[in-house]
Amino acid sequence: MGGREANVVLLDENGIRSDGRKVNETRKVTIKAGVLKNANGSAYIEFGGNKILAGVFGPRDVHPKHMSNPDTGILRVRYHMEPFSVGERKKPAPSRREIEISKVIKEALEPAVMLEKFPRTAVDVFLEVLQADGGTRCAALDAASVALADAGIPMRDLVCACASGKAADTLILDVNNEEDQAGQADMPIGYMPNLGKITLLQLDGVLTADEYKKCIELGLEGCKQVYEIQKNALREKYFSSGDKD
Amino acid sequence: MKKFESKKRHVLPGDFITTAPLRLQGNVVLEGKRVIATSIGLSDVSADSVRVIPLTGVYLPKIDDLVIGTIQYIFGNSWFADINSCYQGMLLGQDVFGRGSYPTTSEMKERLDNGDIIYAKIANSDRQREPLISIADQSLGKIDSGELVKISPTKIPRLIGKHGSMIQSIEASTNATITVGQNGVIVVSCDETNGLLKALAAIRMVDEQAHLVNLTDKVKKMLESDGV
Repeated sequence: MGGREANVVLLDENGIRSDGRKVNETRKVTIKAGVLKNANGSAYIEFGGNKILAGVFGPRDVHPKHMSNPDTGILRVRYHMEPFSVGERKKPAPSRREIEISKVIKEALEPAVMLEKFPRTAVDVFLEVLQADGGTRCAALDAASVALADAGIPMRDLVCACASGKAADTLILDVNNEEDQAGQADMPIGYMPNLGKITLLQLDGVLTADEYKKCIELGLEGCKQVYEIQKNALREKYFSSGDKD
Repeated sequence: MKKFESKKRHVLPGDFITTAPLRLQGNVVLEGKRVIATSIGLSDVSADSVRVIPLTGVYLPKIDDLVIGTIQYIFGNSWFADINSCYQGMLLGQDVFGRGSYPTTSEMKERLDNGDIIYAKIANSDRQREPLISIADQSLGKIDSGELVKISPTKIPRLIGKHGSMIQSIEASTNATITVGQNGVIVVSCDETNGLLKALAAIRMVDEQAHLVNLTDKVKKMLESDGV
């Protein structure tokens, strides 16, 4: 976060962004499912410069007991940034931003996870950001969905997420750190493609009503691209019958 | 990995399976008119029902399943056992001491103490409370000896094999007695160390390679070789 140039060109005359992307292009995304031996389900995502690890435990007993629900399981999410994930050391204690993102991701996953099948239990999702570069909540949500599926938690659909936004008066897809700092709007979106429902929607900035509609459409395009990558990560782990030792 | 006799397909959560008005079995949900998979697995569409055979997930107790559990503690007139699930199995004192009995804690401890391993049947599993287990049948009860092994519960059908073929071939070639719980817990007992190690290796092999083809041949080859 330190050492930022004062005059970063967010969009040049050829429509190319500061990191060489076009306006409707996401950063490179790779996801690997089942990377942690001790968690019931896990996933590792690299979304541009973001590196995030997701671990899922459950369904399992809830302690303290008064938090359990007799009719349905509960979902608990902890989003946490490592002290070394950003340029200036982040204090390890949960900040207001981390508490907000934990809540928002939990609410984005709840419509997808079929918790009513496990009364009196909890599903715990742990998201550790190892390196942050703008759009961590979307990348974390992408990893959380894959980790939940890897754990065998029944889900109505995978939740995919991508942020769209506005910088240099143009709508762009997948806002990185520089564009977030110097841009005009950042809109993370979480989406369930098979059901056609949005489960996370936030806007940080100012958009007109028309821009807002177009921004959502742009964001959903990005979400669908990430959805394919999520599915391929799971297919690679479970359905590839390559020769193994 | 298609099988010829049925239309099994690889599915992920959210994948569409069919719009046919079939009875819903496990791991599927109806969204409007579409049947959607809820787990990673193989979709299985038959003449009257549709389900997904999951490839991952914890064990969920089902009535009449045979499971292997470890007694954790005694509370009231019941033992509570870890059955490798998100729920604990509750074994009523009355199941062991007879109906209408009120055994004391020390009487119960004498029969089954903390840490004892039991082979039990799921007697009842409703949403309101922990699943009830029973050891009333002849073949059920405390397991005195053997090695305890845990594998993923989704691999147990593969370990048993068609009509028990896989498990019987492992038992035959190693002279081991293998008690398999549907909850992924297995007890192997064998007089010879070599047989025991081979049986354990065969079980590990099924756990790791259940989704690959030619598993039966690979296991057979490993069992016939001298080393492990």
